[in-house]
Amino acid sequence: MTNLLDGPADGRLDTHLDHHGRPPVLNAPQLVAQLRAAGLTGRGGAGFPTWRKVDAVLRAGGTPVVVANGAEGEPFSGKDRALLTYQPHLVLDGLQLAARALGARTAHLYTGPASADGVRAALTARRGTGLDPIPVTVTVAPDTFIAGEESAAVAAVSGRPAVPADKQRRITEAGVGGAPTLVQNVETLAQIALIARHGPDWFRSAGTPDEPGTFLATVSGAVVDPGVVEAGHGVRLGELIAAAGGPTAPLQAVLIGGYHGGWAPARRDLEISRAALAPLGASPGAGIVRALPANECGLVETARIAGYLAGEVAGQCGPCINGLPRLAGTMADLARQRARPGLPAEVARLAAMVTGRGACRHPDGTARMIISALRTFEADVAAHLAGRCLASASGGVRR
Amino acid sequence: MSHLHIDWTACDGRGLCAELLPELLAEDDWGYPVARHGKTQPTVPRHLEDVARRAVDRCPALALRLVNDPS
Repeated sequence: MTNLLDGPADGRLDTHLDHHGRPPVLNAPQLVAQLRAAGLTGRGGAGFPTWRKVDAVLRAGGTPVVVANGAEGEPFSGKDRALLTYQPHLVLDGLQLAARALGARTAHLYTGPASADGVRAALTARRGTGLDPIPVTVTVAPDTFIAGEESAAVAAVSGRPAVPADKQRRITEAGVGGAPTLVQNVETLAQIALIARHGPDWFRSAGTPDEPGTFLATVSGAVVDPGVVEAGHGVRLGELIAAAGGPTAPLQAVLIGGYHGGWAPARRDLEISRAALAPLGASPGAGIVRALPANECGLVETARIAGYLAGEVAGQCGPCINGLPRLAGTMADLARQRARPGLPAEVARLAAMVTGRGACRHPDGTARMIISALRTFEADVAAHLAGRCLASASGGVRR
Repeated sequence: MSHLHIDWTACDGRGLCAELLPELLAEDDWGYPVARHGKTQPTVPRHLEDVARRAVDRCPALALRLVNDPS
């Protein structure tokens, strides 16, 4: 497969043009038609059909703004940084393609501190080539978990603090400066740059009929060679783990989709697709796969992540400010075997209580991850209530 | 039909809305409004629209809105 990480991928413009050539120019109907035929979905985690978002911005009328979102606050994700390091020109091609098709006059690239210099160098290299008819402003995202949330990205490129906003109106209707705004993850834009060159059929040659194309996966944890790999949707877990050098120990579970994702048993034949993961309460999200070895306690790891997420609350919404620390603390009691009657039920009650009650999905994602842990580590929940831990009993160290 | 929208970035849990609309809203462990019937943006039946409007007007944080649903 020739894809996102294909070619020399050294970040240089000359090698990019040698390998990929200059991008075509599409008008708005052509772009929408190609994205619709390709079935591309957003690669930032939510998986929304890209053509619908583009179409919504078009329907809103006026002069829109396009934002490339490379803020990657998720600690287990490295794919946006990898893409911006190795293939920045695919991202910038996609940004220009979308901005030109929509008739935008301004474009933004919003990215974490680690990628900003590389992106600026790539933009400098493109000066005078005619590749960037629409000026691109680079905004550096703060190193916070929620900085990449769509409305936080809009706020940040508008010069405000990078925190989520109440969605009175859709961002596609009123985003940056009140203009209709298209916010797309940088991987989505790179995919657009490839689809415009090679067509929807080429894109559909990978993945499943319902979830076409490839995605970037960040595989980490108990694997030999952690890093970013590219695979088609529907890839089996075993293949992804093998692409990361194979496991370093027997695995008991994987966290799929990251800190806002879901735990699932580490079955080699587990299919990584929205359809296959939905019954487990998980989704591929932004392509994160974290392998948990058999001798590490999943409840302890879940409590650690919950504590981190409680600390990353933006501090705006009452249910999240109050609920996440309580939820994380209750989860920690379970992890540390501070048993009391009804402890798992209390975790579940708090998770349900915070869900849907914030300006963004931070409480929802946190609750979902915790609920999936109670299910996946069900046997260890029972053991913890009895003062034991199955993972440490299997030779692990109780941390 | 219409539904209640809470701007969580503005709500500070004063509790007036839950007092005025006990049919739709309760208070969570910290006094923030929580919908009784599981929906995060509770549907407001016709006979409660007037009192819902009053709750919107009286919210000291201007955090509550009554949004008309397209029929």
